[in-house]
Amino acid sequence: MTAVANRLPRELRSPRVRGAGFDVEKVRHDFPILREKVRGRTLVYLDNAATSQKPQVVIDAISRHYERGNANIHRGVHFLSEHATEEHEAARGTVQSFLNAEEASEIIFVRGATEAINLVAQTYGRTQVGPGDEVLITAMEHHSNIVPWQILCEQKGGRLRVIPINESGELLLEEFQKLLSTRTKIVAVTQVSNALGTINPVRRIIEMAHSENIPVLVDGAQAVPHLKVDVQALDCDFYVFSGHKLYGPTGIGVLYGKSALLDAMPPYQGGGDMISSVTFEKTIYNKLPYKFEAGTPHVAGAIGLGAAIDYVNGLGMDNVAAYEHEVLTYATEAVTAIPGIRVIGTAREKAGVLSFLLDSIHPHDIGTILDQEGIAIRAGHHCAQPIMQRFGIAATARASFGLYNTKEEVDALVNGIQNVREVFA
Amino acid sequence: MSDLRELYQDVILEHSKAPRNYRQLATANHKAEGYNPLCGDHFTLYLDLKGNSIHDISFQGSGCAISKASASMMTQSVKGKTREEAEKLFEQFHKLVTGQANGNQADLGKLAVFSGVSQFPVRVKCATLAWHTLQAAMEGKQEPVSTE
Repeated sequence: MTAVANRLPRELRSPRVRGAGFDVEKVRHDFPILREKVRGRTLVYLDNAATSQKPQVVIDAISRHYERGNANIHRGVHFLSEHATEEHEAARGTVQSFLNAEEASEIIFVRGATEAINLVAQTYGRTQVGPGDEVLITAMEHHSNIVPWQILCEQKGGRLRVIPINESGELLLEEFQKLLSTRTKIVAVTQVSNALGTINPVRRIIEMAHSENIPVLVDGAQAVPHLKVDVQALDCDFYVFSGHKLYGPTGIGVLYGKSALLDAMPPYQGGGDMISSVTFEKTIYNKLPYKFEAGTPHVAGAIGLGAAIDYVNGLGMDNVAAYEHEVLTYATEAVTAIPGIRVIGTAREKAGVLSFLLDSIHPHDIGTILDQEGIAIRAGHHCAQPIMQRFGIAATARASFGLYNTKEEVDALVNGIQNVREVFA
Repeated sequence: MSDLRELYQDVILEHSKAPRNYRQLATANHKAEGYNPLCGDHFTLYLDLKGNSIHDISFQGSGCAISKASASMMTQSVKGKTREEAEKLFEQFHKLVTGQANGNQADLGKLAVFSGVSQFPVRVKCATLAWHTLQAAMEGKQEPVSTE
């Protein structure tokens, strides 16, 4: 099976693959928080696009590091420092395999997807974008893949252009083709939309951009928890994601970049670890990946992320994707059947997200009423105000799914929405 | 559900569906904007101040049931009052929705239905948005106000 992510859901519709080898009850036991009561009710956590819960193995890996393995890395001559360095670098290797990157040195640890995009905008972007040049993004980007490019364009006199979408929330590729020009210096696109759930055809987008010699950054924050990703098969130039949406800790994320690009880029922040020698006259920067990792890194975070990736690999990303697809399809059908529901984001290829409106009831009221039943959803603009404006709305209610969510939880959501209707009847 | 019924009282639901004084005000000499971007609550408040008293007041916009009902009932409560009386009412209302009421809320009248908000701390910003916007209008502030 190819690992081309944007083809995945169609393949998974074959009954042979669906749900095979995935025991959700067993998986739920791995997540201690799912046993918690919220307002006296069993927690139904449907806010995974905001952040995911953590399995015990991740919590244990972090505790073990602080209890038995903590030291600063890359500098100590003592046992613990050597041990912590090994663990940290092993986590980098785990990320490399997870993304199928060619080199471990192409994996830069950062705080999250947001920092990764800022890093690329302020290093690659600042050296490549000049007056009149253009940065191309899509209408469905999270603020974190809009604002860093706006800042860059302001600094350099560049222009931010936006690829439009249709009413279903799918990109208009013919419009994208028209927007590509010699002025385009980079394309930055989300693989999965956090507000709509759309899976974008990033492989195709990259092909189209590359045929004009334009590099592409893929925001994978909402993709890595749901799809198998292969950066070499995608041929993307940069790929970014956050650990905490992938069942790992907060404060750790990844920038993947092709080594030729990373090598040519100036450093992002100055400090320790990112240098090989310093005098007051001149500093020689360290090699990759350390050139972009100034200061003591989030060692425990990297180790926790490594444990999270080991965990999802153990389940098999294909199994996770197949199971989640089944739950999302079930949820979409059940919620759509409720009178007064309008689903926002009805793309053919979707993952993880069900955004909706109910009559003229404000999403915050929906969120408050569901919360009383222990059901956690998000209500608001999901840090994607332009896409809300595109649909002429201020906010949506969003249920977002992870690998531990069940059809029974979807039923609880549906009952909860019926309660909302009753309160407002 | 009991806390929920306390929050979404019939009077509140009724005002959110059919808000009073929901229009532009041709005679307005003060105007202010209240905007909570995270929620999407967005109101414009129109004020006709004659001397020191609120001769007429209206609002328009969109938001959740709590913010809309609060705006609607506020316009009814402060109409005909002086600025000082309106400020004092806001003070009492604020105490009510933040759970600091000391039993001395007689002036609040119908606004007492918002007492349930105190059980939902994240919704205090919804209930108070219109009031902060009123303050801004009376003070002639140009910038939109937010309670987020």
